Amino acid sequence: MNIHEYQAKAVLREFGLPVSRGVAIFKPDEAAAAADELGGPVWVVKSQIHAGGRGKGTFKGAPGGAKGGVRVTKSKDEVVQFAQEMLGATLVTVQTGEAGKQVNRLYIEEGAAIASEFYLSMLVDRETGRVAFVVSTEGGMDIEQVAHDTPEKIVTFSVDPATGIMPHHGRAVAKALGLTGPQAKEAGALTEKLYAAFTAKDMSMLEINPLVLTGDGHLKCLDAKISFDSNALYRHPDIVALRDETEEDAKEIEASKYDLAYIALDGTIGCMVNGAGLAMATLDIIKLYGEEPANFLDVGGGASEEKVTAAFKIITADPQVKGILVNIFGGIMKCDVIARGVIAAVKAVGLEVPLVVRLEGTNVEEGKEIIRTSGLNVIPADDLDDAAQKIVAAVKKG
Amino acid sequence: MSILIDASTKVICQGFTGKNGTFHSEQAIAYGTKMVGGTSPGKGGSTHLGLPVFDTVAEAREATGADASVVYVPPPGAADAICEAIQAEIPLIVCITEGIPVLDMVRVKRALEGSKSRLIGPNCPGVVTAGESKIGIMPANIFKPGSVGIVSRSGTLTYEAVFQTTVEGLGQTTAVGIGGDPVKGTEFISMLELFLADEKTQSIVMIGEIGGSAEEEAAQFLADEAKRGRKKPMVGFIAGRTAPPGRRMGHAGAIISGGKGGAEDKIAAMEAAGIRVSPSPARLGRTLVEVLKG
Repeated sequence: MNIHEYQAKAVLREFGLPVSRGVAIFKPDEAAAAADELGGPVWVVKSQIHAGGRGKGTFKGAPGGAKGGVRVTKSKDEVVQFAQEMLGATLVTVQTGEAGKQVNRLYIEEGAAIASEFYLSMLVDRETGRVAFVVSTEGGMDIEQVAHDTPEKIVTFSVDPATGIMPHHGRAVAKALGLTGPQAKEAGALTEKLYAAFTAKDMSMLEINPLVLTGDGHLKCLDAKISFDSNALYRHPDIVALRDETEEDAKEIEASKYDLAYIALDGTIGCMVNGAGLAMATLDIIKLYGEEPANFLDVGGGASEEKVTAAFKIITADPQVKGILVNIFGGIMKCDVIARGVIAAVKAVGLEVPLVVRLEGTNVEEGKEIIRTSGLNVIPADDLDDAAQKIVAAVKKG
Repeated sequence: MSILIDASTKVICQGFTGKNGTFHSEQAIAYGTKMVGGTSPGKGGSTHLGLPVFDTVAEAREATGADASVVYVPPPGAADAICEAIQAEIPLIVCITEGIPVLDMVRVKRALEGSKSRLIGPNCPGVVTAGESKIGIMPANIFKPGSVGIVSRSGTLTYEAVFQTTVEGLGQTTAVGIGGDPVKGTEFISMLELFLADEKTQSIVMIGEIGGSAEEEAAQFLADEAKRGRKKPMVGFIAGRTAPPGRRMGHAGAIISGGKGGAEDKIAAMEAAGIRVSPSPARLGRTLVEVLKG
């Protein structure tokens, strides 16, 4: 789960990390009071969307579009003017795609004098199975390009969970950033607090880009992106409360209510599959036969009839869908449960496009029998290859 | 011969009296797995499915001499259950549970270092030695004793590989689902090592997914082994070849993986190591038959 920058900074502040003062606003008429509260003399008005590249982004059709999604000003009037221009407008950045994202929240922050910019991130490194730090002196840049062109400028290390964070980790960060004296001490404290925040809140990724050295010689987290481990949200109700559903696809929100993994795609064949690997492989084989999938949908291991019905409704609600492929290889998932769910859904919402069903595994014969005797116009398939060919042929014919 | 488990492997179940523990223990017993009991804290001293229930894994191991434990405990208690099994020195722990917080697994992985236990999973379908023993949730009816060793990161694609090698008449020695979580107990290499050493396993199917670099490392291992003269016919598949790039907020993952993790890189690495990579998940069995015919 992702959160906004202003929420991420509030989480960091909770752990004593240095962030700028700021006020989040939802309506343009809140801008003047926010500017007064911060006092100036410099304000930064930042669009809050779940995507990077905001500073260089442009607003669709707006006269101020070229000024970007993050603007610095020394005028309180301009803070108000920017808020009016930005709120409700659609911001397009390198990470949003052409459609862009509507800006519904702004973060107004006090300006900071910057002496130098660094990069710092943390994540769970699957190779070592540990929490890792990634640190570089090249902050504010395209860090993936830096990693590619000058890998020596990127320092990474991981933390042994048996010891937790140690002072030597802080010294490693200070060394990587070329900091000495009191600033090295600050880097040490920062490292410890970041690790505490990361582990206490079950983060999966934390990125500070840039981490800056201010004009008066202190470290500050000037931007913050945080992703949380969705498996651990059950123990963090405070984080769940930060979820902004307007940032998510409506179908994906509906799917998440039923604990279904759903990702909307651009094609015409709706898919319902069990298991992420088989779901990905089903998309692969549809493309192999020359058609495009409309979605990725993993119904998971232990789905109920209700869950399958919900999944089917989400797929059929997509007007792009010209055919549906149900591909189930039951282990925990029983084929008869899938079959009953599909039948219930078809009876509830109707079926206007071809439906191919391939069932295999636990209780397969009962499942096939339920489909056969349902009286519905379902095309049965014997295996994955057969299923993919049949749905592609049916969609091409229609 | 086979790897990890056979007809003599004594298995206990953690989360024995729960819904999943009960259903899949029944299925395992029906398959012939030597189930010897299970744990369910607070229910020690009772019996379930005609087998003894214990409060702790240590007691269960002491009383039954179990060689393996299968964990069906729900996510909030799963890491604790695995660590209890490590503490009790259970040689093989198979964790089926899906949805364990990754930082819990970071601690579990550390606890495994230097221990007497091997962990398969979590978020995996388990291990089956065809015709002998079944631990986990794989459907029994698709297996047939034979000569193919199967190792996979994806649960349901493991079933595809099993099903297709059965249809082709090859059958399996052992199928292992290592699980799809980023931090897990066992990676491809240690399973490939066992399959290469197992006389009865004459060919291997390896199924990976996009993300991480475990497939590349496995390919390097196989290339090195081939230079030493240890080599078996292999077919591979990588799921997610056409997956759209995932939405992501930051860059940390891309930097730490050093650009690895894409399907094309994995396929290239596997082919360079002599693995025939099937373009279709529906042709794993047929591709293996072609490879074996030379």
